[in-house]
Amino acid sequence: MKPCYINSAVSISAQDTLDNSSFLENTISFERKLAKAIHPNYRSFISPIASRRMATGVKMGIAAAKKALALAELETPDAIITGTGIGCIEDSEKFLNAILDNDEEFLTPTSFIQSTHNTVGAQIALTLKCKGYNVTYVQGAASFESAVLDGQLLLHENEAKTVLVGGTDELGKYLINDIILAEAAKKQPITTPFGEGAHFFSLSQSKQNNSFAAIKGLKIFNKTTPETIKTKVEDFLKEYALTTEDIDAIVLGKNGDAFDELYQTLQDSSFKSTPQLHYKHLCGEFFTASAFGFWTATNIIKQNHIPEVLKLNTINKSSYKNILLYNQLKGHQHSFTLLTSC
Amino acid sequence: MDALKKELKESIIEQLNLEDFTVEDIADDDTLFGDGLGLDSIDALELIVMLDKDYGIKLTDPNEGKAVFVSVEVLATYISKHRTK
Repeated sequence: MKPCYINSAVSISAQDTLDNSSFLENTISFERKLAKAIHPNYRSFISPIASRRMATGVKMGIAAAKKALALAELETPDAIITGTGIGCIEDSEKFLNAILDNDEEFLTPTSFIQSTHNTVGAQIALTLKCKGYNVTYVQGAASFESAVLDGQLLLHENEAKTVLVGGTDELGKYLINDIILAEAAKKQPITTPFGEGAHFFSLSQSKQNNSFAAIKGLKIFNKTTPETIKTKVEDFLKEYALTTEDIDAIVLGKNGDAFDELYQTLQDSSFKSTPQLHYKHLCGEFFTASAFGFWTATNIIKQNHIPEVLKLNTINKSSYKNILLYNQLKGHQHSFTLLTSC
Repeated sequence: MDALKKELKESIIEQLNLEDFTVEDIADDDTLFGDGLGLDSIDALELIVMLDKDYGIKLTDPNEGKAVFVSVEVLATYISKHRTK
């Protein structure tokens, strides 16, 4: 597949990432189980009339999407593709609790309307008055990568010239407590906090003046083992005529659980001499947390600099041309994403 | 009646997420839809559910709804006449 170009990258996360003036310079460390997003003043992005029915995830998504388009100097993309693992959980919880509290009576429409997974993509399109291709992918920890893959395919097949892709997930108020309890009962639980965020990227078919990185390759697969992961990554790189030695940094979705063994296998073998990075201690674990990893990788390429807080080892490179991202959740929904400078 | 009007204003602000409004911002005779508070059809559904849940009033005729939701003043008068709880 032809590479597609990244013209802007925007992050709303538990770190101060929306402000482009610094790149993870003063980060927040989390002792609590939740890493809540730092919210901007949404009035700068959404009118109060429009925002009054929007939950956190929708507001974050619209703000990140609008800023990504503004930075790319693009008014309306040809397609809007969103990834989300858990959708608008705040409104789903509100709606389901109302059913229980009111004995299945007196159900109001707003939270039901807003509770669907595609609310964010739809609201972005309504805000932009964009009537183009609009799809939301719900594929667990590969939701964001599924959205990127679809965007890449649209650009490759010449069905779009510009695509806005992103990932968004919100913490909600109730389900997350059950997830924390269930996780705590495990032998080797997730040790990073649980987080939320919205990340949007403007992609184009051709290189533009503001293009700063390109997506060279992306692969999603559901299962692998520590015994086969090394071969998987080598085969993936071979498709792009690269070897593990060509990778200038590897960005790993480590979250502290038992499945980190998959990452560790790569750290101890193929990428032993490569700068190794992690990020979920900064943004928390959530289904589209890998979009934060993607955002960090694009910034590393753009600034040719790795913030200390991301480093897992002390190896540095003089330039960061090829960056490989690897993410999985509980041994499922694996993804390799290969970014390159342009 | 004044207590009911205040209660209605509080409910409208809470149910319809009118974050920028306070009870004092809504006059008794302000138009709820259109130029006044700028409510829309989804808000109308929310208000219908609120009447049923809080006051036991079931609105089934859309024309009746139009007349009832003109303002807080009109709504309060209607509720005081028809409420079952």
